[in-house]
Amino acid sequence: MSAIDVFGYGIDLLAVLLLALGLKGLSKVRSARSANGLAALAMGLAVAGLLIQLQPSPTAWLWIALGTAGGGLLGLLTAQRVPMTAMPETVALFNGCGGMASLLVALAVALFDPGDSGLVERISIVISVFVGAITFSGSIVAMGKLQGWIGTPGWTQSSVRHAVNITLALASLVGGVFLAASPVSEAGPLWLLVLASTLLGIGVTLSIGGADMPVVISLLNSYSGVAAAAAGFVVGSQLLIVAGAMVGAAGLILTQVMCTAMNRSLLSVLFGGALGAGSSGGHVGGGGDEAGYSRIVSCSAEECAMALETAERVVFVPGYGLAVAQAQHALRELAKLLEANGSEVSYAIHPVAGRMPGHMNVLLAEADVPYEQLIEMDTINPEFPRTDVVIVLGANDVVNPDAKTDPSSPLYGMPVLEVDQARQVFVVKRSLGAGYAGIANALFELPQTAMVFGDAKAVLQQLCTELRSQGVGSKVAVAA
Amino acid sequence: MSSLDQALWVLLLGSLLGLELIGKVPPTLHTPLMSGANAISGITVLASITLIAEADGSPPLLLLGAVSLGFALFNVIGGFLVTDRMLAMFSRKKSGAGS
Repeated sequence: MSAIDVFGYGIDLLAVLLLALGLKGLSKVRSARSANGLAALAMGLAVAGLLIQLQPSPTAWLWIALGTAGGGLLGLLTAQRVPMTAMPETVALFNGCGGMASLLVALAVALFDPGDSGLVERISIVISVFVGAITFSGSIVAMGKLQGWIGTPGWTQSSVRHAVNITLALASLVGGVFLAASPVSEAGPLWLLVLASTLLGIGVTLSIGGADMPVVISLLNSYSGVAAAAAGFVVGSQLLIVAGAMVGAAGLILTQVMCTAMNRSLLSVLFGGALGAGSSGGHVGGGGDEAGYSRIVSCSAEECAMALETAERVVFVPGYGLAVAQAQHALRELAKLLEANGSEVSYAIHPVAGRMPGHMNVLLAEADVPYEQLIEMDTINPEFPRTDVVIVLGANDVVNPDAKTDPSSPLYGMPVLEVDQARQVFVVKRSLGAGYAGIANALFELPQTAMVFGDAKAVLQQLCTELRSQGVGSKVAVAA
Repeated sequence: MSSLDQALWVLLLGSLLGLELIGKVPPTLHTPLMSGANAISGITVLASITLIAEADGSPPLLLLGAVSLGFALFNVIGGFLVTDRMLAMFSRKKSGAGS
């Protein structure tokens, strides 16, 4: 073993250690940001160590530079440009590209590497292609669904999808077995495997409803770790195997944690179809059907402002509609006015509000909402009975009381924010369309509920104007 | 790879480590953690670089290696930066509340 090898192993070990510490630190609020930097540093170390060990030729350097420039620049631009509201889609896109990378490495080795390949290498190639392809196509579909580019086609909600997916899985298996069994790589089974596993990724993800997308992305993230570990077997890199296995396992745990937060089992997410899609006609797209509601009271921003002016305790419930309307700053402004008026303001954060866990925290943090005012569901639920006014901003399923009371509701059993306990509830919404899960909301018909129709940002701004015109802002100046 | 045995041990221990690393995660951190783990899974860059370095001048290997390196680095760089952007918001708010 030469000095360079020893040096290389040392760097590899250090990189693994830092990656593990980084991953661990990311799960604590205080250390998260530095942990992320630590993981990035570890990645840089690993790459530097590898380059020292391999000592690439000048031609190789040129190609490495090309790939680095292309991917690095695009990554940099995407990360800087993408709006905070599009975070889940962005993570899905990145994840898909990671899967694609593993797929390409395995393809390249299978197709163009002249050396004789052993059984282990061929099995690794099969796994890498299979998981890489599923990760890629599944992530891209997930991104498309979150962006609203792709809906949930009808056939994916019938049992046809199981037949289709099983056929595709069998086709992948056949391709994989033939590919692994033959000592010379044959193109036929390889392409069968690529095609079938790509379609399988699409088939499985397409049937899953938008509300469950975060879980799917997390699971696919775990897959991309597995794909990386398989690629590690293909090229013979222990560091890659450790890191891939670590991310794969950690991703699985995170997926489980998310499922628990939504009171869903992983199996029902993957194979149960979209929540409520069968029972409601108006699924996906937010337009929805307005039939089914009989006792809806709507009111103007002016009336809502009057209720706010006298309220001692106000709770905002933000949802995806807030993110879409980019209304976080308007919300913060209203909250400041109310605080100046002597109201106690807090924000109720459901674990899965928005399109991804933590989505609302990120969004409100952007508007400088103080951390202590963001209250998690279990803490705030007992507080609702002594809350004067609740304003629901573009949230729907997470405040549906049916989840507690109606065993026939598809949401039954999901923990929800018990806003129906509050004295008065205003729901700011663009229309009476069904929520993301496509289910009617009993909250809207309760006697203490009034709907304020409109875009969340516009409504919040109107509320601010109304409050100011009633002298709320000026009172502050006097009081201060 | 020095031996398959060794690689399988590495796989096993790596998986066990991953299972232990994450226990309780506050919901606030689900998204950043997922995004950070996602960036780490872009470690496939190592495979891409190995592929290029050991291509022996074979054009298709070089090309595929470079393309896969591009994809993987897109994942890594984009992933870490986006995670940092999200987490920066938490820390800014915290210091704001402290002052």
